[in-house]
Amino acid sequence: MSANPSDHRHNCPAPFPGGGAFCFSIVPPFAKVGSMKFLRQFAARIVGQSIRIFARAITAVRADWKGIEPVPRQRVYFANHTSNADMPMIWSVLPPSMRRTVRPVAAADYWLKNKIRAFVGPEVFNCVLVDRRPEVKDKPMDKIIAALDEGSSLIIFPEGNRNMTDDPLLPFKAGLYNMGVARPEVDLVPTWVANLTEIMPKGEIIPLPLICTVTFGEPIHVRDDESKDDFLKRASDALLAQRPEVRT
Amino acid sequence: MTDTMTDILLLTIGSFGILIALTFLGEVLRAREDPGFNNPVLDTYMTRVQSWWGMVAFVGFALLMGRIGVMVLFAFASFAALREFLTLTTKAQADHLSLALGFFAVLPLQYVFVGLGWDGLYSIFIPVYAFLLLPIVSALRGNPDRFLMRVAETQWALMIAVFCVSHVPALMNLDISGYGDRSLLLVAFLVMVVQFGDLLEYFFGRRVGRTQIAPGLSPKTWEGVLCGVGSAMLVGALLNWITPFGVFGAMAMAGTASLVGMFGSLVVASIKRDRGVKDWSHLIPGQGGFVDQLDSVIFAAPIFYHLTKYFYT
Repeated sequence: MSANPSDHRHNCPAPFPGGGAFCFSIVPPFAKVGSMKFLRQFAARIVGQSIRIFARAITAVRADWKGIEPVPRQRVYFANHTSNADMPMIWSVLPPSMRRTVRPVAAADYWLKNKIRAFVGPEVFNCVLVDRRPEVKDKPMDKIIAALDEGSSLIIFPEGNRNMTDDPLLPFKAGLYNMGVARPEVDLVPTWVANLTEIMPKGEIIPLPLICTVTFGEPIHVRDDESKDDFLKRASDALLAQRPEVRT
Repeated sequence: MTDTMTDILLLTIGSFGILIALTFLGEVLRAREDPGFNNPVLDTYMTRVQSWWGMVAFVGFALLMGRIGVMVLFAFASFAALREFLTLTTKAQADHLSLALGFFAVLPLQYVFVGLGWDGLYSIFIPVYAFLLLPIVSALRGNPDRFLMRVAETQWALMIAVFCVSHVPALMNLDISGYGDRSLLLVAFLVMVVQFGDLLEYFFGRRVGRTQIAPGLSPKTWEGVLCGVGSAMLVGALLNWITPFGVFGAMAMAGTASLVGMFGSLVVASIKRDRGVKDWSHLIPGQGGFVDQLDSVIFAAPIFYHLTKYFYT
């Protein structure tokens, strides 16, 4: 999918550590430490491509660019969360140039549970890992703002947890509002991931190869004098509006 | 090289010739436009021509690979079509297992039966066995909500995407006396007459179309359909040398297949309109999904198969 390898070299230096997919120029392949890093980056790239191909084969996942163009621009994609596959789906439909600068915000306790996850989360998806325990000093919002200031785009799930209910969305947590206030110039893009609950409902073993659609809506921003609750309500409505027509 | 192979090569090269002409025509039209201006009709036309290049290459290659190639190609087409169809149908979690069986058991088995040439079984496998057994699997999960809708739509999906599509490769099983192993060419004949008929129906419909067949559903006109079916019969007559039908037989078969196909795509348009979608998916650039591209071939295949079987074997 990605263009010729020279493209990657133009992207160095990456906007954040490890962000350039494949930086030959800054990784000396024969240095001892460097070669390890090179191998890990290489492995991360292979795993990333495999996840993309797998997602495409199983769900024929596709993007519907309803409200934005697929251009590299700093954005926060906020999405509904029903399954662990949501984030890989959004990640898979982004074109390579956007995928290299996007960082999913994810729970540290999930992605650091074992060695495989600790490789996939931080190195393949380049996640911003946040620790949600209140006693931790390292506040999630600080890490998120730091990632935005490095120029990264983000994928976040403002419901906070996976939605296991029959309601389409859970009430949003304040994080999205705080980001919008702290960095008002960043586009907040409502991103609806459709059909994943039908592809793999809770408790089933075999995934159905139905088509998964990721719809990107028009970006929103926090308005002057808008209260937190008003904004979160508006953000939630904007996300629901991207939902393809459902038959009842 | 056998005669059949030579004929397939000739057909493929001929199709490529037509595509070169169509591409050339598009490029000439594009060169005559202002550089800054984008003509949407021309852009659509060029994207479609590009997709046709891909399709001719795929079908041509599959035919050259022989029986196995055609089987694999249409099994994949069935899979893509079934996925497009079932994405839009009514379903509940109670149907999960029966839908999984549809994808991973019914579909492969149907193609195995076609591959083995068991025509007694592949003609009834989906209309009888899948029809009766899959609703049982759904019922066992005990959710009666919209039950008839769910099982009926699933069955429809299997009939269209698996049963009907599998009748294209099933043409290779027809044992026509004096025709030998050339039944592979019937696949090429069916696909070509139906697709050419569609293409010319679209072209003439835009030029001379007046009376819409089903206003509010599809832009198809009686004039367009008439011209399209006429063109398909002409193409059929020109291609009669690859069939066992003779000139007039080939014209009649081509006309019937094309006519059924065109009305079939009206049926498919109704389903799309009901579900509020424009295309079944975005798999083929400029054409939408597999079902959008194949709708008329899908409807024509079983009828063409059974007419050929009745009159020529």
